[in-house]
Amino acid sequence: MKYTLEIIFAVVVVIFAAVFLIQNAHIQSTLKPGEEAWQGSDDMGSNAILATGYTPWISPLWTPPSTEVESLLFSIQAGLGAFVIGYFFGFYRGKRERSNAT
Amino acid sequence: MHIMEGFLPWQWCVFWYLVSAPFIIYGIYLLNRQVKEHRETLSLLAVSGAFIFLLSSLKMPSPVVGSCSHPTGTGLSVVLFGPIITAIISLIVLIFQALFMAHGGITTLGANVFSMGIAGPLLGYAVYRLGKAVNLNIFINIFLVTAVADLFTYVITAIELAAAFPATHGGFMISFETFFAIYAVTQVPLAILEGVLIALVFKYIIQSRSDILVSLKVLTQEQTAKILESFS
Repeated sequence: MKYTLEIIFAVVVVIFAAVFLIQNAHIQSTLKPGEEAWQGSDDMGSNAILATGYTPWISPLWTPPSTEVESLLFSIQAGLGAFVIGYFFGFYRGKRERSNAT
Repeated sequence: MHIMEGFLPWQWCVFWYLVSAPFIIYGIYLLNRQVKEHRETLSLLAVSGAFIFLLSSLKMPSPVVGSCSHPTGTGLSVVLFGPIITAIISLIVLIFQALFMAHGGITTLGANVFSMGIAGPLLGYAVYRLGKAVNLNIFINIFLVTAVADLFTYVITAIELAAAFPATHGGFMISFETFFAIYAVTQVPLAILEGVLIALVFKYIIQSRSDILVSLKVLTQEQTAKILESFS
């Protein structure tokens, strides 16, 4: 019972990855030239809106100059989150071990 | 779930700002009170906020449809601090993404915070209360809350866009089907994965700071003792 949740999580991740790989193989083999696989749903939503003939009336003040820079910024966001999570879980653990020692 | 800058007619931008404003104002009040009166909960507030930061930055492939989307990460905060405080954390993340990544937008902020920070979390919270009322296992409950909050966020985005862009033939429903297929279907596997992750994280929180969970009234002293025993 000790690691039930960890096991469930690992199994779900493995299933997720396996389905992804199978699906990816299928998509790559049927991909027409010029088509992009694994697009963002947000971009697909925007494209569906553009397809109705709508023109956005304002554009962002600043857009990351390339997808590399954009992924850097997303990584920074993830890193900030992970740092805070790790900090507090480490802090909790240290606190617990200290109180166990005394 | 991000509606990009300029992708909503201005009338709808104003509308969603007005809808979201009361929640945000009340949320700022609640957050202030939480920080002042329950300082011991501050570290968990930071952790739940950090999970929203972390998870909403991950663009993950959704194996069923072949597109990418990101989780919302709001489930933990909904269970620990309620949907209204979650709205404030979501607002901060959305402003960050709108300004620096051009992901989402300032004009569409009202609509985006409504789907991710308000509607999704509110339904998640309803699930949480219901699960508590029928004495559902806390981990299953947290899985459901997280998955529902995530999935419903994308359903709301589809509704927001369908309302703003009804199809010329068939109107709202046809348009809703299009956006629902783009946003909500993609999200199902991600919502499941996110739910399992947050349930696991919750175990670590019980093991680390069950005292805060008791003071937040998420669990009682007896319940935490029982859960901790089952993991030892």
